Amino acid sequence: MALNKICTLCLRQNSRELRILNNLINKRNHFVYTADAESPVKGETTKLNMFQAINNALDSALQSDESALVFGEDVAFGGVFRCTIGLQAKYGPGRVFNTPLCEQGIVGFAIGAANMGSTAIAEIQFADYIFPAFDQLVNEAAKMRYRSGGQFDCGKLTVRAPCGAVGHGALYHSQSPEAYFAHTPGLKIVVPRGPIKAKGLLLACVRDPDPCLILEPKALYRAAVEEVPVADFVLPIGKADVLLKGEQVTLIGWGTQVHVLLEVVHLAKTQFNASCEVIDLVSILPWDRNTVCQSVKKTKRVLIAHEAPLTGGFGAEVAATIQEECFLHLEAPVARVTGFDTPFPHVFEPFYLPDKWRCLDAIRNLLDY
Amino acid sequence: MDNGWVKPGAIIIVSFMVTFKLCVSTEMSAFKLLASFLPKLPFRPFASEATFKTQPYVLYRLEGPPAPAVTLNRADALRFFEEMVTIHQMEATLNHLYKSKTVRGFCHLYSGQEAVAVGTFAALRPQDTTITTYRCHGWGFLYYQSVDPIIAELVGVRSGCVRGKGGSMHIYGKHKDFYGGSAIVGSHVPVGVGIALAHKYRNTDAVSLICYGDGATNNGNVLEAYNMAKLWELPCFFLCENNIYGMGTKLERTTKNTNVFAKGDFIPGIRVDGMDVLSVREAARFAIEHIRAGKGPIIVEAQSYRYFGHSLSDPGTTYRTYDEIKEVRTTRDPITTFNKKILEAGLATEEELAAIEKKVKASVRESATKAEADHPVDVEELTHDIYANEVISEVRGINKVWKHKSSGRAWNLK
Repeated sequence: MALNKICTLCLRQNSRELRILNNLINKRNHFVYTADAESPVKGETTKLNMFQAINNALDSALQSDESALVFGEDVAFGGVFRCTIGLQAKYGPGRVFNTPLCEQGIVGFAIGAANMGSTAIAEIQFADYIFPAFDQLVNEAAKMRYRSGGQFDCGKLTVRAPCGAVGHGALYHSQSPEAYFAHTPGLKIVVPRGPIKAKGLLLACVRDPDPCLILEPKALYRAAVEEVPVADFVLPIGKADVLLKGEQVTLIGWGTQVHVLLEVVHLAKTQFNASCEVIDLVSILPWDRNTVCQSVKKTKRVLIAHEAPLTGGFGAEVAATIQEECFLHLEAPVARVTGFDTPFPHVFEPFYLPDKWRCLDAIRNLLDY
Repeated sequence: MDNGWVKPGAIIIVSFMVTFKLCVSTEMSAFKLLASFLPKLPFRPFASEATFKTQPYVLYRLEGPPAPAVTLNRADALRFFEEMVTIHQMEATLNHLYKSKTVRGFCHLYSGQEAVAVGTFAALRPQDTTITTYRCHGWGFLYYQSVDPIIAELVGVRSGCVRGKGGSMHIYGKHKDFYGGSAIVGSHVPVGVGIALAHKYRNTDAVSLICYGDGATNNGNVLEAYNMAKLWELPCFFLCENNIYGMGTKLERTTKNTNVFAKGDFIPGIRVDGMDVLSVREAARFAIEHIRAGKGPIIVEAQSYRYFGHSLSDPGTTYRTYDEIKEVRTTRDPITTFNKKILEAGLATEEELAAIEKKVKASVRESATKAEADHPVDVEELTHDIYANEVISEVRGINKVWKHKSSGRAWNLK
């Protein structure tokens, strides 16, 4: 802010140069948000950003289901990202309450509540903090149905966690842990790309009969604004969305990365005259193999992009499946543009992220192969 | 002297000598000897009730201990005896089945700790729930009142309580409020706290019994659970079955503060002799009453001992001596000490108890035979019940196409 003023006053640049300078200074996001072109349900809509849409979804869940509980660290005052604002005032501290700082305990407790038929919606303040609860999610929640021969379950459990890069999060406020959990049959994992998806997917998770994990890209909480349907609606878990149809390259991503890819499509068109198809995977577990393979068989070239590190990232699973099922259709090896195999860096974040330039470069290599 | 006295005199002397000889050889008193020749009388001259002193309790943040003396009626005496003997026999049978490789995987036996489960279970009411660790066979039997589903589960056959899908460590009580055994140490403790929340919410006056071992007391899960339970005053009955060994390490070598009952900080606790079923029952009653009176959670540390190793892969003697095990067996065994008590008090006869033991042995053997003869769990079940519904029609990673199937709606979501 202050730097802006200095530029304006001291440098006396003309307005065009000022805009460029401002962009360089103010640039916090490595993406430009693109709203969904269509709404999944007809009817009245209202302009909401992603945290407001999530708030709306939680409100619907609490209203429609008497057994619903929302709890986690600091949710009472509204939460660090304001997703739970106003809920305690509306539904009371018996249904919306703070827990102590103990992720393992929070998720274990949530599993117990879900065991007893309560729709337990637990918030983990940052996905980076979910690891103490890894055992509870992987060993208890995911396996309870299987190990009890289908007699006991904790399917009414939903765990929400903000994930992904935000520009200044560094090692412990930027992680994308979807790959660790994708390795766990019994869980369901979804990643919304905007407010409409966030509302629909969160309600789907809350009403799903299996334990679900929804990873909400925190960079989109405020940056993503859409006309969100006012009505209660659910979106399907396990179904990928083809956002743009194209002929030459399939681009696959989820969460914030989808918006990077949507920008890359324009760059690819202008620079290489290539038409690209963009798929938002939406659901990490179970993931939509059919939609992906159908697209790859058509375009014959595919790029997968995600923020999480390369080795063992979820892109590896998608790539292995693609080469297994579409081998003879491929014109080039499956390309992955991902975070580096380093801990999420502090000052090096702009280099680390799979931004549009790295993606564009990979597309050129795919086309030239 | 009148010759008429010789014959009767001789008879008297001879019968006296015979009786004396019989008494000496059978070690019975003359009265008992006589009684044994009499036909059995229609009524039994036993006590219908007796009073026993309980073992001393140690308290933490509590006023007034559980009762120092308790009454036990004949029906309960026989029931406790039978339940403890059944658990003991079941575990012994499972040991043999394991050694003969009929039971595979892991097997954590409860022998030596029978009094803890039997005594606590006797104090539970129908609305209470239980969740426990992998050492869950005894609890499973108490909930099912039959060893069939448990032995079958370990053998891996269809009639197992979870159809062979869980095995030894995951005995669940469908239609009963038994939320299973859990493999990861301490992980089920916060789950039990969540269950307690539901009880409090629904105002059912139910208590969530959460059992765990001494090894778990150092686990973060347990400490987090204590905090949440007391913060929200949830009806949690934390029962630590302290058998003083966490796998192969004695508690005092891993824990600075071995007063397990006093480690709940603001949560009050009782230490009880876990080898005395009556003391355990009394402590459990006290704990449930404490919770019912709205005083919040409570910890009961039952000091106990296990004869077998941690699991059947552990001989149990590399970290403790045979002498130690023998000493506990001869001086503190829960079944023999209880046996002795009720015999002395006249609540039962030796014959009765022997008959019960015989009956239990036969029935457990029959269960084992039945289980071994049953059909093993179908291999198709490998891919069943991963998810609630058939959201993924094919389960990947296997050479042929395996379908996912769900066996129906879970019981706990009543």
